[in-house]
Amino acid sequence: MLDLVWLIPALPLAGFLVLVVAGRRMGEPTAGWLATAMCGGAFLATVAVFAGLLGEDHEGRHHVLTLFDWIKVGGFEVEVGLLADPLSITMALFITGIGTLIHLYSIGYMHGDPRFSKFFVYLNLFVFSMLILVLGSNMLVTFLGWEGVGACSYFLISFWFAEDANASAGKKAFVTNRIGDWGFMCAMFLTFATVGSLDYSVVLERAPEIAPVTATAIALLLFFGACGKSAQLPLFVWLPDAMAGPTPVSALIHAATMVTSGVYLMTRVNPILAQSYDWAPSIIAWVGVITALFAATIAVAQTDIKKVLAYSTVSQLGFMFLAVGSGAYVAAIFHMVTHAFFKALMFLGSGSVIHGMHDEQDMRRMGNLRKYMPVTAATFIVGWLAIAGVPPFAGFWSKDEILLFAYDKSPALWFLGLITALLTAFYMSRQVFMVFYGEERWGDGVAAASEPQASDATGGYAKGGEAPLGPTEPHESPWLMTLPLVVLAGLATVGGALNLPFTKGTHFLERWLEPVLEGNERVIDVATGTKVGLAVIAVLTGLAGIALAYRVYYQHRRAPIEPEILAEGWRYDSTIAAFMGGPGREAFEAAATFDRTVIDGAVNGVASAVRGGGGGLRKVQTGFVRSYALGVAVGVVALLAYFLSRVTF
Amino acid sequence: MHLLDGVTPELIVFILASAACIAGALGVVLNSNPVHAALSLVGTLFGIAVLFVAQEANFLAAVQVIVYAGAIVVLFLFVLMLLGVDRAEDLSIEPLGGGQRIAAGIVGLSILALPLLAFASTSGEATGAPAAADAPNAITKTTPDVAQLGESLFTTYLFAFEVTSVLLVIAVVGAVVLARKVRRADYVEDPLVEAAPAAAPESSAAAEPA
Amino acid sequence: MIAVAQVTPAWYLALGSVLFAIGAVGLLVRRNPLVMFMCVELMLNAVTLTFVTFSRMLNDINGQTVVVFVLVVAAAEVVVGLGIIVALLRKHPSATADDITVLRG
Repeated sequence: MLDLVWLIPALPLAGFLVLVVAGRRMGEPTAGWLATAMCGGAFLATVAVFAGLLGEDHEGRHHVLTLFDWIKVGGFEVEVGLLADPLSITMALFITGIGTLIHLYSIGYMHGDPRFSKFFVYLNLFVFSMLILVLGSNMLVTFLGWEGVGACSYFLISFWFAEDANASAGKKAFVTNRIGDWGFMCAMFLTFATVGSLDYSVVLERAPEIAPVTATAIALLLFFGACGKSAQLPLFVWLPDAMAGPTPVSALIHAATMVTSGVYLMTRVNPILAQSYDWAPSIIAWVGVITALFAATIAVAQTDIKKVLAYSTVSQLGFMFLAVGSGAYVAAIFHMVTHAFFKALMFLGSGSVIHGMHDEQDMRRMGNLRKYMPVTAATFIVGWLAIAGVPPFAGFWSKDEILLFAYDKSPALWFLGLITALLTAFYMSRQVFMVFYGEERWGDGVAAASEPQASDATGGYAKGGEAPLGPTEPHESPWLMTLPLVVLAGLATVGGALNLPFTKGTHFLERWLEPVLEGNERVIDVATGTKVGLAVIAVLTGLAGIALAYRVYYQHRRAPIEPEILAEGWRYDSTIAAFMGGPGREAFEAAATFDRTVIDGAVNGVASAVRGGGGGLRKVQTGFVRSYALGVAVGVVALLAYFLSRVTF
Repeated sequence: MHLLDGVTPELIVFILASAACIAGALGVVLNSNPVHAALSLVGTLFGIAVLFVAQEANFLAAVQVIVYAGAIVVLFLFVLMLLGVDRAEDLSIEPLGGGQRIAAGIVGLSILALPLLAFASTSGEATGAPAAADAPNAITKTTPDVAQLGESLFTTYLFAFEVTSVLLVIAVVGAVVLARKVRRADYVEDPLVEAAPAAAPESSAAAEPA
Repeated sequence: MIAVAQVTPAWYLALGSVLFAIGAVGLLVRRNPLVMFMCVELMLNAVTLTFVTFSRMLNDINGQTVVVFVLVVAAAEVVVGLGIIVALLRKHPSATADDITVLRG
C-alpha cells in the first residue's frame, strides 16, 4: 500500500504529458476534465497511502521508495526517492484534495479562454512539482520540486502575458523566488559538507552531531529560502503582484500550496533547527510576526478584492512562521491546513465574484452582492468567520494554538500577534461588508467603463485585459465553480476537529505528526486557566475587529481610515524599484564595466601579449639561408664549448 | 746538416700538403669566380689525399682522388658551365647587413679555437681506447689496409654498406626527379619571382670588375 | 727554418680544425649557391682527415670505414644538392642564396 506513493506524483505528470501533446486537440472542456481526473486520482492514491501509514505503528511511519539513482559523483550520491511519512502525506492530502477542487473550479472559470488547455497543462505540472517537493526523500529532490513550482508559478501568473503588467508580475515572482533559492542552495552545500549526504533520513538522524554554528547557518539559510517562497519580509513583494494571474492560480498557488512550502521545509528540518543556537528560532518567530503585522496594515487600505486576500495570505504565513519559531510545529501545520481551506475558499469566492461582476475587481464598485450571488456570499462568509478567529470555525482553533505558544515564548510576540489578529478581523470584515452588504455601487457603469485601467498597488488586474461592464447585473456562478466553494466551506467549518485542544485524545494532528517531530515540539506548561483566558482574549479581539469594521463600513458611523501610505504598501515596493533603478543600477553597471575592462582586459591582454611576442619572435624567421646556417654554426660552437667545459684542465 | 737535423720526410710532406690544403681552402672562400673556386677545391682535395697517404690510408687516398676530385668536382664544374653561372660575383656586396660577416668571423674563430683548446687540455692524447691488439679492427702492419678495410666493411658494417647502396639509388632517382623539365600540368607557382629583376642589375654590375 | 719537432697527430687535427673553420666561414659569407656547396665539401674533407688521424692514433680500422661512408654520403648529397640547384637556377640563372626567402615568417 505504501509503495503506491509513486502514483501520487505520477498521475499529474501523466496528465501534464498528455495535455502537452494532445491538449489543444482535446479542447474545452475535455482537457480540464482530464486534468481534474488526474489530480483526483492523485488524491485517491494519497488516501490509499495515508491508510497504509495508519496501519503502521509509530516506527513504521517512515517509508522511503527509491525510484532510481540520480547523481553518483565521488562521495556525493543522490537518488530520486519518495518519502511517505505523516508530514509529507498530510501535505499531499490537502495539495491533491484542494488541487482537485480548484481544477474543477477552473473548468468553469477559464471557460471561453483561447488557451484553455494550456492552463491545465501548467496546473498539472504545478501539482506534480509540488508533490515532488513534499514527497522528496532528500533535499535535492525537494529543491527540484521547489524550482518546479517556482517555474510553474511564473507560467501561471503571466498566463495572460499579452498585458505587460502580467508578464512583469511573473518575472518578479520568479526573480524574487530565485533570490531565496540561493539561500536554499547554500544550505544544501553546507549540509553536504557537514553531514556528507542530503538524504533526510541521514541528515535528520545525524542532526544532533552537527555543530550549533553550522546548524544555525543551515537553518537560517533555509529560512531565507523559505522567505522567498513563502513571501516573508524582505522577499514578499512578489505575492501581491502575483494577483495578476487568473484567480484559480491565486487560490492554488498563493493560498494553499506553493507558499506553504517554506513552512513545510522548516518543519521538515526541525532537528537542525533544534540543534542551532536559541536565537535562531527567535529570529524566525520575529520575522514571522513582523511580516504578519506589516502585511495586515497594508491589507486595511487595499481596494482590489484579490489584493486584500494576497496581503492576508502574507500575514497568515507570518503567523505560521511565528509558530515555527516558537517551536509549535504542530500548530504551524495545523494553521497551514486550515488556512488552505479558508483562504482557497475565499480566493475562489472572489473569483466567483469577479466572474459574476464581469471582471470587475475594485471593491468600491461592488456591494450587496449577497442578493445576487447567495452561494458565493454564504461560503465567503464562512471563510471570513474562519479567518477572523470566530469559534467554532477552523481558523479559531489553529490561530489560538499559535498565540498560545507565542505567549509562552515571549509575551511581546503574543501581543503583536494579537494586534495582527485584530487587524485581520477588521480588514476581512471590511471586505465582506464592502462586497456583500451595503448599497450597490456599480450603477454608474458608463463612467466606470471609461476610466483607464489602473495597475498600481491599489488598482486591479482585469481578467484578460477587458474593460469591466457596469450596467449588466451580476449573476451567480455555474455549479462547476460553486461546488468547490461549498466543499471548502464545509472543511473550513469542521477543520478545527483536526487538533482540538481539549484532551490529549483530540490532539489528532499532534499525535499523527509525532514521528516527524520527535520531541522537538516545544512543550508548554501553561495552566488551563491561562489557556482559556488567552482563548477568550483572542475571540474578543476578533469580535472587536468585526465590530469596528461594522461601524465604519456597514453603518458608516465613522469615516474610513485608509491612509495612502498603507495603500502603497508602505512604499516598500517602490523603494526597492528606486534603489535598483538608481544606485543599484550604477553598481551593476560598475560591475559590468569591471568585468569588461579588467577581466576581459586581462584575458585579451594575455592574448595581445602573446601575439606581440609572437610578432617579435617572427623576425627570427628571416628566410635567408645564411642566417639559418649562422644559427646552426652558433649551435655547434655552443656544443663545442659545453664539451670543452666538461674536460678538466 | 745540423740545420736539417730534425727534419723528417714526414714533416716536409706534411708542410707541403697542408699548405696546399689551406691555400685551396682560402681559394674556395675568397675567389669571386666560381670556376676558380672549384679548381681551388681540387687543390685542397689533393692535399688531403697526400695526407691520407702519409697516415698510411692508401686506399682512402685513392678513393678520395677518384671520387672527390674526379667525380664530385667535375659535377660541380658541369653544373657551373651548364647553367652559365660562372660569372664572377662581387664579394663586397653584403645585402644581409653587416652583422653576418662579423658573426661569421667570430663563429669561425671559435670553431678553430675550441677544438685546439680541447687537444691542448688532453696533451694531444686521444680520449678513446685504442683497439685491442688481436681485435679484428686493429690495424696490423702485415695486412694491407685495403684488405682490412674490406673485411670491416663486409662483416661488421655489412648492413650499413647495403644501405648506402640504396642511398645512392635514391640519390640518383631524386636528382632525376628534381632536375627534369616540369610539364605544364605539374607547374607550381614560382617562389622566386623577385629574384630575376633584383639579381640582374647586381650580376651585371658584378660582371664588369670580373 | 729550423724544423721544430715530430709530426704528431695533433698537427693533423689542428689542420682539420683550420680547414673546418675556413669552410664554415665560407658557408656563412658566400652567396653563390655552388660556392656554398663547395664550402660544405671542404668541411666534410676536414672531418675525413680527422677520422683518419684518429684511426691511426687508436690503431683502429673503424675510422677509415667511417671515411668510406662519409664519402658515399657526400657523393649522394652532392648529386641531390646539385639537382636542386639546377632546378632553382634554371629559371633564374643569377639567383643567389639571399633570394631564396620563401620561408620568411
